[in-house]
Amino acid sequence: MATETLITTENSYLRDFTGSNSGSETPGPQWLLNLRQSAALRFGEVGFPTRRNEEWRFTNVSPIAETPFTLAGKTDSAMTAETLSGYTYEGMGGTQLVFVNGHFQPDLSSQEFPAGVTVSTLSAAMEASPEMIEAQLGRWAKFTTQAFVALNTAALEDGAFVHLERNTVVKEPIHLLFLSTPNAGPTVSHPRTLIIAEANSQATIVESYSGTADTVYFTNAVTEITAAENVVIDHYKVQRESRKAFHVATMQLQLARSTNFSSHSVGLGGLLVRNDANAYLGGEGIECTLNGVYLGNDRQIIDNHTEIDHAMPHCNSHEIYKGILDGHSRGVFNGKIFVREDAQKTDAKQTNQTLLLSPTAQIDTKPQLEIFADDVKCTHGATIGQLSDEALFYLRARGISKDNARALLTYAFASDIVSRIKIDAIRAQLDQVLLADRALQGIAL
Amino acid sequence: MALLEVTDLHARVAEKEILKGINLAVNAGEVHAIMGPNGSGKSTLAGVLSGRDAYEVTGGNVQFEGKDLLELEPEERAQAGLFLAFQYPVEIPGVNNTYFLKAALNSIRRSRGEEELDAAQFLKLVREKMKVLHIDPSLLNRPVNEGFSGGEKKRNEIFQMAVLDPKLAILDETDSGLDIDALKVVADGVNALRSPDRAVIVVTHYQRLLNYIVPDFVHVLSGGKIVKSGGKELALELEAQGYAWLEEKELVAA
Repeated sequence: MATETLITTENSYLRDFTGSNSGSETPGPQWLLNLRQSAALRFGEVGFPTRRNEEWRFTNVSPIAETPFTLAGKTDSAMTAETLSGYTYEGMGGTQLVFVNGHFQPDLSSQEFPAGVTVSTLSAAMEASPEMIEAQLGRWAKFTTQAFVALNTAALEDGAFVHLERNTVVKEPIHLLFLSTPNAGPTVSHPRTLIIAEANSQATIVESYSGTADTVYFTNAVTEITAAENVVIDHYKVQRESRKAFHVATMQLQLARSTNFSSHSVGLGGLLVRNDANAYLGGEGIECTLNGVYLGNDRQIIDNHTEIDHAMPHCNSHEIYKGILDGHSRGVFNGKIFVREDAQKTDAKQTNQTLLLSPTAQIDTKPQLEIFADDVKCTHGATIGQLSDEALFYLRARGISKDNARALLTYAFASDIVSRIKIDAIRAQLDQVLLADRALQGIAL
Repeated sequence: MALLEVTDLHARVAEKEILKGINLAVNAGEVHAIMGPNGSGKSTLAGVLSGRDAYEVTGGNVQFEGKDLLELEPEERAQAGLFLAFQYPVEIPGVNNTYFLKAALNSIRRSRGEEELDAAQFLKLVREKMKVLHIDPSLLNRPVNEGFSGGEKKRNEIFQMAVLDPKLAILDETDSGLDIDALKVVADGVNALRSPDRAVIVVTHYQRLLNYIVPDFVHVLSGGKIVKSGGKELALELEAQGYAWLEEKELVAA
């Protein structure tokens, strides 16, 4: 009886969350329909994860299942270039693709892109390069094992596409902006991004997720990035969803020989946030950096799962995640590192540090190293701490108010991650959030 | 009225009474040395005056320019013009020394209704003070005290004092652990700041620093009380005889 109810419920999710019964006007190619169908079937089988699932042990997603979300429609977003400026990065330059509630906004997006780069919607790319998209889309992010990826894939109609041709070097950042604006009721969108970097290419890519109002919505994002040999990608994800929003995102990386990939995940918003960053190091000599910094307050739940799979020898991975938790917020960090039998000379370093600003904030942190090679260097460390009373007094004894002293020390805690952000405009915005939240604006030199 | 007026000050840490009735008046322009053996209450006095919350004041009062100092938060004391040079300056990784000092100075200026200094004005001031104190400019761009040698930390305290321009500076055993060169640098720094508007309290275990910072008054703290006060020659007397004779005298008196 219980099982039956569950299936019915989840079928209704499929209908409401993905719009699969809405008789979509642009059905897309047959292979896409097949992919969506398989993903929908899979979601129907597995349903939303429960806390009995080890990967979701610390994060209860029933608030998502219990909210009557419907797929966000293609309404007039009322966003203009002016109102958009609050969600872009002043002075960053580069090009941008803007989506509102999952729908592409050509008026707000760049019209021209540097030579050797294609930045378009996935639907446009399916028409322009059907074979390439069919071969890559849905290939890396596994809907068979990950329920939210299945849900995203079941709803897949459009998204963002970036293609870097061989030997292309793009200096200015490419910004993919996913905005959520208020709707009549709680809505869901499923942002989907596919990034294909051919050999020897280089680019900086920024994904931003923001809410324009303090409303309840659900962003269920999937990003697949595949990099061929000798690619350099600097990737930023800036999450500034509304404080009532749910944000679940999976980034799946497929890296080839001698690739240098760095990811900077900045988490500032959301009520319930879950990020999965999974990297497959499939060639020798790869450098993979996964860094993250996140702020939690009130009753926010912020869950970061990372997985780095060392399949080949001589690869380095570096990982630092830092959490700043205040109020009743709760953080989760789960860092998996696999070193397979062939992956000799692996150098993997994982660090997770959490600053608890209130006695009611909480972190569950779990490193998970599985090593099958014998000539490797793998280290991990987790620290949990509070602001030092000695340091606080020292700052106050120099005339700095208690609140500002706390902000300054909090900022200092995050500073090594912040200083690794190479885009000044993003760093400046993060500076402002970290300091302004606690009334320290204007203090930065 | 004196700049600082300490009357019958009693304070304790946990259940232990450390200060047992301190009386001290410090006028602008004066340099006072407070000497005493270990455990006499020197650092407790410095801590109570600067607002460290480990200490509980159980009696007496402290007036600073006529204000009740003990009612003020540590930052309000700094804003009112009090400066404590720490015995053990704290390392603060991730906070740039310059950034920190500018935040401190502007916080103090703001509290006084003065215009905040912008980056250019601030750097000009910092350069001036650096020249006077012979501070290595590279210290400025490092995190506060992180990886500094003992001497560098103490010099950094004096440098902060010079930039923040207090009315009353309390040096809490700034000389401890310093070699003679570092000691001279610290002393030169303090002497450069001596002025008719400013008072300095030098808390020290040893007489050596007082060869370079010549005090107007010397007080001997023992068992939580000032047991003897005098001029600079008292310091020499202590150096020659140690503190033991004071304690004996106290025993006799008791």
